[in-house]
Amino acid sequence: MSYWCQMYFQNGVTFTSMRVQWAFGMYCVVLMLIFVFVMFSVLLCCSGSHQFIYMLTDHNLERIWGTVPLLILVFLSWPSMGLLYVLSELETPLVTVKCIGHQWYWEYEYTDFAVVSYNSYMVPEDELKLGEPRLLTVDKSMVLPFSVWCRILTTSFDVVHSWTVPAFGVKSDAVPGRLSESSVKVEMPGVFWGQCSEICGALHSFMPIRVEVVSAELFSKWLWILQSSVWEG
Amino acid sequence: MSFIKEFSGKYPEHTHKNDPKAEELLSTAKFDARFQMCNQDKCIKKKGEDYEPCNWFKKQYQALCPGFWTERWDEQREAGAFPAKI
Repeated sequence: MSYWCQMYFQNGVTFTSMRVQWAFGMYCVVLMLIFVFVMFSVLLCCSGSHQFIYMLTDHNLERIWGTVPLLILVFLSWPSMGLLYVLSELETPLVTVKCIGHQWYWEYEYTDFAVVSYNSYMVPEDELKLGEPRLLTVDKSMVLPFSVWCRILTTSFDVVHSWTVPAFGVKSDAVPGRLSESSVKVEMPGVFWGQCSEICGALHSFMPIRVEVVSAELFSKWLWILQSSVWEG
Repeated sequence: MSFIKEFSGKYPEHTHKNDPKAEELLSTAKFDARFQMCNQDKCIKKKGEDYEPCNWFKKQYQALCPGFWTERWDEQREAGAFPAKI
């Protein structure tokens, strides 16, 4: 989750988010190199120690300063174009979860074995226990298995919401009347957080997302318990 | 070559596979471009209520469609107002 004075992304736990963060880091390095080079050139010109008053034409120099930026841009676009298509790929999933946005809570449906659904509300500040994060704690989390491709279908019951978990690299708009699909494979167990990312009314900031990622055995046991017990939601 | 593949954003081969233990425990609807809810009704009309393969369509739409959509379709179907030819 986010922490105080965070300067970079949250740690990616899906291959998608790891790859995107790696590409961003590489672009930052190239950006800093170009920035340093340009500032050095500016300082050199301002110092007055180098003068080029006798140079009228230099075609080779022009070829170089036209070609090098082009090659830099091709180098930068290569991972970006690859990622653009890889991010849209939908793998063969083993689990389907439907995230339905309501004003102002999320409803999660698991209907692979039996129809199971429950609502996830934010815990108000005055009911928080010690150590629970404010504006992120919910009464019931969404649960997913790790190392398994999961299909996340988002839609909305009323207005447009957006289901986001930065650690997964997922931001999926929940549009009423439409079903948006994302493929997620979380590589490690843990608890991951997100918040609604599309303005949806007065309590838009108060409908967080909490995802617990557990082993496949624990996930199937949890699903069995959900089906067999009454869980009011 | 593997560096070029990774640099292009391609995932390593193992990421495309699911955990083998999970494959024994879990399953869900696969991708099917023909999928429509009304196919289950057409199937039942042609083959009858007891035809087990018609339930394959039901499993698919229950896995993929939100509950409040399927409830609305059931109501429309019962009222004869389903907006498709069944």
